[in-house]
Amino acid sequence: MALRTEPVTVNLGPQHPSTHGVFRLRVTFDGEVVIDVEPVFGYLHRGTEKLAEERSYVQIVTLTDRLDYVSSMSNNLAYVRSVEKLAGLEAPARAQYLRVICAELQRLASHFIATGFMLQELGAFATPLMYCFRERERILDLFEMLCGARITLSYMRPGGVLQDAPDEFWPALDVLVGNMPQYIDELEGLITTNEIVLARTRNIGVVPPDLAVAGSLSGPMLRASGVQWDLRKAAPYEVYDCVEFDVPIGSQGDTYDRYYVRIQEMRESVRIIEQCTAQIPEGPVLSDAPFFLRPPAGDVYTAIEGPKGELGFYLSSDGGIAPYRCKIRAPSFINLTVLRDMLVGWKLADLIIIFGSTDVVLGEVDR
Amino acid sequence: MTRAVAGTGLAQRIEARIPGSVAASNAAEVWVRSEALHDALQFLRDGDGLDFQFLNAVTAVDYVEFFELVYHLTSLRRNASCTVKTRLYSREDPFAPSVVDLWRGAELQEREIYDLMGITFQGHPNMKRVLLWEGFPGHPLRKDFIR
Repeated sequence: MALRTEPVTVNLGPQHPSTHGVFRLRVTFDGEVVIDVEPVFGYLHRGTEKLAEERSYVQIVTLTDRLDYVSSMSNNLAYVRSVEKLAGLEAPARAQYLRVICAELQRLASHFIATGFMLQELGAFATPLMYCFRERERILDLFEMLCGARITLSYMRPGGVLQDAPDEFWPALDVLVGNMPQYIDELEGLITTNEIVLARTRNIGVVPPDLAVAGSLSGPMLRASGVQWDLRKAAPYEVYDCVEFDVPIGSQGDTYDRYYVRIQEMRESVRIIEQCTAQIPEGPVLSDAPFFLRPPAGDVYTAIEGPKGELGFYLSSDGGIAPYRCKIRAPSFINLTVLRDMLVGWKLADLIIIFGSTDVVLGEVDR
Repeated sequence: MTRAVAGTGLAQRIEARIPGSVAASNAAEVWVRSEALHDALQFLRDGDGLDFQFLNAVTAVDYVEFFELVYHLTSLRRNASCTVKTRLYSREDPFAPSVVDLWRGAELQEREIYDLMGITFQGHPNMKRVLLWEGFPGHPLRKDFIR
């Protein structure tokens, strides 16, 4: 008698340890092979863009913390830069250096989380993740010195930063940055040449460069496919044109490249922070901007290179104290566009690790 | 530094290629009539010396008298950017051509605009809500949305 097979549709999530929050995948399997995928999300939708229309420009900084909640500093930076362009403000030089230091520390923290969770999804349960969290805690300690908060930071303001760094911040930063290469070496020693990791990630979930560009991918997802594009180089903001760093790219666009590009970026972030601490001038950290900003009518779009990719804010002003429209170009959301292309044809176990390598944060996907 | 291409220059090139397609332009952006939007954007992607192969973002704004769609494009090879806008004057049934066939990256963004702003994109392969659930009353980013 011939065996009869039929496809099975399975709900992965929304409550599932590998979905980075509340994310659901409707996956159709033929045996163990993925033949169709439909991402379902929105469970964390809070209407951030609508809420922003009812708040003053400074108040919205607190909303941005809650987008990609593992990189609040980057969200703050992207937003305040957009407001500054709209209102014609400029942050003092010291504030710009502090912002770049914070943004790079945040990139380190975010990439630690991305790497740790990716290992968790490979089946290396909890231990490597805790190593990553240990280093991230040290970065959060520094943020706590700056603004008293560890996650929802709201440290930046249109026109600068909330307050100058306390005296004990700088020696603590030097210690952290001095030790960071060793932490990264330790993490790499567990992964980069690990046979199991290589077997599970090499040539898995490949995104070709033309699909990466057409799919509007950005950040490590785009660069892993071999496309040399980093807004810190292409359109330098703050003081990125005063520091030297390289933009690592991958060659295959596979799961391994997405991991390895992040590791290399972490080393570049350390370089950037070292140069910033050497260069930072004395001076004020907040310009004389009124609390109730009234930017002239008009619209702007500015973007920064966040840890997940191009994080942009489109602000439209009608001259009032709140933006008329505040659109968030969330990299995690747009990076999900090609998820189906990455997953179809692979097995269930690969699906988990490929999705892990996209490093999405649902706070930013759903907004 | 990424160079912002002047809207006036782009407007001339688009108008020469597709007569009657440009509604207005200034130094920063170009307004295209919605009927010609798809052709104009395709020209910007493929045209000689234009090469805008990366779609940064699609945005919809409700200006009450009309909806405005904003397309931010970048040429990665030339490190240049441009902004294209189009206005939709219907409040009952606003629609625009989908650009998913040009840029896959528009797929989720157009669905989000349909979901939150109520603009239909014709030719989209999967035009349904993405953040809110099917059956949600209204489109919350519209200025006349009542909770």
